[in-house]
Amino acid sequence: METIYILWLRQVIKYFRSKSRIIGSLAQPLLFLVAFGFGFGSIYEKAGEGNYIQFLAPGIILMSVLTTAMFSGIDIIWDRQFGFLKETLVAPVSRLQIILGKTLGGATVALIQGIIVLLLTLIVGFKPQSFASLFPAFIFTFLVAVLFSSLGTAIASVLEDMQGFQLIMNFLIMPIIFLSGAFFPLSNLPKTIDFISKINPLTYGVDGLRGALIGVSSFAPSMDLLILLVVTSTLLGIASYLFSKIQA
Amino acid sequence: MRKNKNIISVKNLTKEFKNLKAVDNISFNVERGEIFAFLGPNGAGKSTTIKMLTTILEPTKGEIQLNDIDALENKDLARKTFGIVFQDTSLDDDLTAFENMRFHAVLYKVPKKIQNERTKELLEFVELWERRKDYVKNFSGGMKRRLEIARGLLHHPKILFLDEPTLGLDPQTRKHTWDYIKNINKKENMTVFFTTHYMEEAGKIAQRIAIIDHGKIVASGTNKELQKKTKTKSLEEAFLFLTGNEIREEKIGAKERMRERHFRRNH
Repeated sequence: METIYILWLRQVIKYFRSKSRIIGSLAQPLLFLVAFGFGFGSIYEKAGEGNYIQFLAPGIILMSVLTTAMFSGIDIIWDRQFGFLKETLVAPVSRLQIILGKTLGGATVALIQGIIVLLLTLIVGFKPQSFASLFPAFIFTFLVAVLFSSLGTAIASVLEDMQGFQLIMNFLIMPIIFLSGAFFPLSNLPKTIDFISKINPLTYGVDGLRGALIGVSSFAPSMDLLILLVVTSTLLGIASYLFSKIQA
Repeated sequence: MRKNKNIISVKNLTKEFKNLKAVDNISFNVERGEIFAFLGPNGAGKSTTIKMLTTILEPTKGEIQLNDIDALENKDLARKTFGIVFQDTSLDDDLTAFENMRFHAVLYKVPKKIQNERTKELLEFVELWERRKDYVKNFSGGMKRRLEIARGLLHHPKILFLDEPTLGLDPQTRKHTWDYIKNINKKENMTVFFTTHYMEEAGKIAQRIAIIDHGKIVASGTNKELQKKTKTKSLEEAFLFLTGNEIREEKIGAKERMRERHFRRNH
């Protein structure tokens, strides 16, 4: 337990010490919120879909959570480059504990980021349906955070340098976000896009969060939850397996 | 059942990288409580061997037993038997010296009380107690090295691996460090396996020495035995006799090392 805690703590301490990273990572969601929110808002309303900011806010929150969580996986590559990885690799603790600590740490950081972005959306005019809705919203956000934190860790475990990681992040992060229904409703889409969005785990996160915060969703919340739980635990397993295969 | 007298037992250990054998079919034993020096020129295969012994590099072939545990099959269990001070830095630059110590202590399950006592004792010992709240990124190379050693001694494992621990330290700190390690070795019967380029250090401290070159162990025995075998008067001369006078590339990365050895073999 203490092992998981200390690895978690390390992630969180490092996050709070990099103030510039926190501020920098808020620029993107804010830009998307303002540009998309106000840019597409009137078209969206004319199409008879209602208030776009209400629709967009949960998507933006998860976009920020996903990016932060995935990039927490990048730490492994930094650790490898600066040598610290060896310290964890030779430690007499199970690989699963290491991964759990690291992933939960990354997820916590992403969750904090998500809360900050939620506050930003409130300023721009987003109104959650009720205060109580924040509780299920919290659960969905946390699951998405753990899911993508393990995915980032899994990917970082098999990569040796920063360049490769950037490449995959760009080819993965952007499609995952854009094809998740974060920015537009997933109805009447071409078959291929529809298929991709269905196998995209973020789709269920966005749907679940939107259901919680504004009461609009395409799938049943229990189904969103179930899918997220299954994918998250699978990825955690894969991440700790790949981590155990790292060679120094 | 009586325990095997060898705490480290290596058989036919081989590590091949693409087209070079970094470690070529080596076998050796280290006895319980022994201080064992593993010497060799740069690129001879010392660090590769230590990496395999400490479970972070998969051998191509061979067997490794640490305290009667198969270190290739049972990595998690094997890791419980040893501690290691790496040749290059493995500290977290974004944490303070104290936090680095604490992180290590928790990973190695050092009991709270001992943890606090020993952290203070060790940080004072390496003269970093006053700087314990400073970030490691602000430390000089020597300070990092000292912290690394202090951290490595936080828990007292059955086997302590030291990969060129005293590189870049001044003679005073070197002496202190070895006194400290020898003391634990005596008090707790901790086995010490170390590499160094300081022949005098190896001759004085190690009870037994193995010399590796081009991935093979070329000689092993006590300091005296090695001198006798080579008809030389010091370990340094014995070392040069066994490994030749040719200068090896100084301190380079694994890839360059591979390239260099590949080149040497083909020309």
